[in-house]
Amino acid sequence: MENKPLIGQPLSRLEGYEKVTGNAQYAAEYNIPDLLYGYVVNSTITKGKILSVDVSDVLALQGVVKIFTHENRPSLAWFDLQYADMDAPPGTVFKPLSDNIIRYNGQPIALIVAEDLETARYASTLIKFVYEEETFNTILSQNLDKAREPKIGMSTPLKPPPPKPTGNFEQAYASAEFKTEAKYRHGTEHHNPLELFATTTIYEGDGKLTIYDKTQGTINNQLYVANVFGLKYKNVRVLAPYVGGAFGSGLRPQYQLFLCVLASLELKRNVRVTLERKQMFSFGHRPQVIQSLRFGADNSGKVTAMNHNAVGETSAYEDYNEILVPWSHKLYPAANTLFEYKLAPLDLATPIDMRAPGGVSGMHAIECIMDELAYKLNMDPLDFRLNNYSEIDPSTQKPFTSKELKQCYKKGAEKFGWHMRNPKPASTKKGNRLVGWGMATGIWDAYQFPARAEVILTKEGRLEVHNATTDIGTGTMTVMTQIAADEFGISVDEVSFFYGDSKKPFSMFQGGSAITASTGTAIVAVIRELKKKIIKKIKDSPNSPFKEIPEDQIVFRNSGLSVKKQPDLFITFQELIKANKGKEFKAAKLAGPDLLKLRKFSKATHSASFVEVEVDKDLGTITVTRAVTAVAAGKIINPKTARSQILGSMIWGISKALHEETLIDPNLGKYMNANLGEYHIPVHADIPEMEVIFAEENDGLINELGVKGVGEIGMTAIPAAIANAVFHATGKRINDLPIHFDKLMGHHGY
Amino acid sequence: MNSFDYKKEITVDAAVKAAADNKAMFLAGGTNIIDLWKYNLTNPEKLIDINDVQEISTIQLLENNGVRLGALAKNAATAYDPLIEKKYPLLSKAILAGASPQIRNMATDGGNLLQRTRCYYFYDPDVPCNKREPGSGCPAIQGCNRIHAILGTSEHCIAVFPSDMCVALAALEAVVNVTGPNGDRKIPFADFHKLPEDTPHLDNNLEKGEMITSIDLPPNHFSKNYAYLKLRDRHSYAFALVSVAVAFEMDGKTISKARIALGGVAHKPWRVPKAEELLRGKKATMENFATAAECILAGAVGRGDNDFKIPLAKRSIIRACEMALYPESQIPGAGPSL
Repeated sequence: MENKPLIGQPLSRLEGYEKVTGNAQYAAEYNIPDLLYGYVVNSTITKGKILSVDVSDVLALQGVVKIFTHENRPSLAWFDLQYADMDAPPGTVFKPLSDNIIRYNGQPIALIVAEDLETARYASTLIKFVYEEETFNTILSQNLDKAREPKIGMSTPLKPPPPKPTGNFEQAYASAEFKTEAKYRHGTEHHNPLELFATTTIYEGDGKLTIYDKTQGTINNQLYVANVFGLKYKNVRVLAPYVGGAFGSGLRPQYQLFLCVLASLELKRNVRVTLERKQMFSFGHRPQVIQSLRFGADNSGKVTAMNHNAVGETSAYEDYNEILVPWSHKLYPAANTLFEYKLAPLDLATPIDMRAPGGVSGMHAIECIMDELAYKLNMDPLDFRLNNYSEIDPSTQKPFTSKELKQCYKKGAEKFGWHMRNPKPASTKKGNRLVGWGMATGIWDAYQFPARAEVILTKEGRLEVHNATTDIGTGTMTVMTQIAADEFGISVDEVSFFYGDSKKPFSMFQGGSAITASTGTAIVAVIRELKKKIIKKIKDSPNSPFKEIPEDQIVFRNSGLSVKKQPDLFITFQELIKANKGKEFKAAKLAGPDLLKLRKFSKATHSASFVEVEVDKDLGTITVTRAVTAVAAGKIINPKTARSQILGSMIWGISKALHEETLIDPNLGKYMNANLGEYHIPVHADIPEMEVIFAEENDGLINELGVKGVGEIGMTAIPAAIANAVFHATGKRINDLPIHFDKLMGHHGY
Repeated sequence: MNSFDYKKEITVDAAVKAAADNKAMFLAGGTNIIDLWKYNLTNPEKLIDINDVQEISTIQLLENNGVRLGALAKNAATAYDPLIEKKYPLLSKAILAGASPQIRNMATDGGNLLQRTRCYYFYDPDVPCNKREPGSGCPAIQGCNRIHAILGTSEHCIAVFPSDMCVALAALEAVVNVTGPNGDRKIPFADFHKLPEDTPHLDNNLEKGEMITSIDLPPNHFSKNYAYLKLRDRHSYAFALVSVAVAFEMDGKTISKARIALGGVAHKPWRVPKAEELLRGKKATMENFATAAECILAGAVGRGDNDFKIPLAKRSIIRACEMALYPESQIPGAGPSL
């Protein structure tokens, strides 16, 4: 039977059965014998010092094994650099329990280790800390005067500062025929993956650890643990075979990993530390951001001047950066641009990347002001975008490796029925409801990191593929299996992908929508290497029927080798192994982006979202009734898992626009709605029928597979499309997200 | 969670006797107490499990043609009970606007009356809260108070009572039957919950050791014109920012009897009989609804984030009154319809 081409097939997740039956084991579910349980105690003040700790009541409790605080933390690595993980921003990395300084509310200040979780948790209510409190700042809008240039550090190349000004913005804006300015405010958001952060550490003796951890980067955390605790790399193995969502929160080692390893090494025992939902609000988050934009256009509807100014929140100890402001110039060819980005350090934990970091907040502002400008020009918002369409990247003047945004606009608009739109705000009514249609453009980078893969054609004729990447729920495992099977001409059932393990060949953490391009390209490269080895071997063996066949005529298909024009000449992989005296074939290879070639190009994924909302004219309640997103992201390996990625990000876009925000009490300096009852993410009733369209985008330049990644692009256009739809429905522009009805209440008379 | 004694009782008498200790609590559905306990917000030393007390778990027709809800009847079973659906559809609608199907399957009718506020500060043991720790202060007054009360507040507490079911029970003038060390008594619904005043740690007027055994719904003619409107930050599984229960008895286009109760605005379901009187004998017009709304919101005070609740509550009352005229057009989920 002929193998079907697998790339482009909507395969269901290969591990789906394991997941839905509960057989998939997550970091907190390894019930190894002799396990101790750690419970983290968090600071209850926002800023100051711990003066004293009283643990006497805790020690009196039966079942308590040990309490770790700054007073008895063993001496560990001294230098910041050793704590710096691959994603550490410039600054001084937070080192748990290293001193008595409180930097933010909820900072971990003790670990209680007990024979069972209930005892450890109860013990946490008996430990007493005496603090000296200091005044603090946690609200960005009240601290804009503290905004300053971000520091430069190791991560700067991945997150460069905004590009230099072009032309003369102030002059061009002053003389623009049409102009508009607006301010946009985004509150704090927390990732809240379903799976709580957890680590199970198995103490293997002799400075050797096996660690099941919730992470997006097994090797990142392996290096962190080894560096901090002075262990040999080979003695630290970090595994994350299943990850129940992470969305960026697992890009850096989180404090439960540090505390769990600390306890395990000190006690020479197996230890598990699991965070509670409330503690999921005690580390990284999407930062508060305040953006000011001024855009100008000429009579012909061309954008001439763009100013995008953003101030983001960071912690007092690290400079977390986002790429917020330069996106408009990757889309619209205005001659005069001015982009500024500053950070205001606050007494909060360092923010961390959260799905489409920077892009989704920046594009919300950009695409709302574009909508506003379109109305000033009396142009249809979509026509306005098309009127400013650029085939090349205006910010670099380089061509894109591919850009099918026009196709996204066209297909999305057709599906949605955009041409039926009456441009007049508040013009369509349905009983007490005002109906609004909005659209917006989305853009995201197309990253590729170096990755190494190893493959083995086993004695049984199966293909093993090895790489350290995780699958954070995106479908990576399935997609990699598809890529490998396709490249090697073998069925999916005969491929085993081994991943989520720091012992496997190198992968960066799983972020930036980069893994399909990174690990996928490495898999293609290594299989080509393997095929070369096999061909050489088979051509060199005596009596081989392939001896006289030119190398480029030999093909791998149907789980064996054949010849292009002689399909009858065929040997199976099993026969191949037999011919090889029962020995397996192996190859390993590192692959990365072709930087020399790509230097001449810009690269990006694009999208267009179209949304319908209904707004109650008296009560302000907002319901998203339809949403269409068209995406151009190169080759789609698996339309099913890719569609799920886009659906998930569209839902999150709805959430960002209408629902979620972590509330900070300004007087207490702490998050007040740290639970899923009060931190509102959408429920089924909030989500309408949604359409996902993949534009055909053939990219022969970006990498061997022509893939760009789909993890984030689907989110970037949705918040602006919703805000624009709310404007179309009501005639009111609400620029502060989330748009709750109290914000609409301030605008009477729509 | 502290160590505690656990006892299962199967009769009301035994349960009440077992609860004579100060630190005892009853366990019914457990949908609120277990959360509170895990977060160290409550720590009973003795837990009396009453889930198997059969005598108070049924829903039955009363001789006066009203209905009695056993305290242990589940919220879901109540909402879908044919008697309730037919005679008190407002109650069904209110119950189904609350929580999630899973929680409604566990939660009991008696327990619903006894759920604690969802005030952020009450749920955080590391910050002051007069309801949790009398005398410690109320940070909500100057803090994040978007979800807080606008009516009947005190300088000690601006928490709201979160139930949906109880808003309907208030409008339907239910009577709560309780029993305790001093015998049985009946508490009119309006007197069951209390305002915070200077004792915000007390949510209701139950005496120590008393237990709810049932809730009586008096006979009425509200099954034709009713509405439950709930406004919240998402379309399901969120507590009300404002909710309104409306029940009318109509005589043609004239309102012969009106009941209006509000949720999400006060420490108890909020009813203003004067406003209901205003509507009696009046035509069902938007103007008359607006007059009633103004009367109900008289004296409302915003604290900043929750200022919007005042205009929102007025508009919600007007809309809910309008919806009550067309109950057949109401959409599931208790969102605004028409």
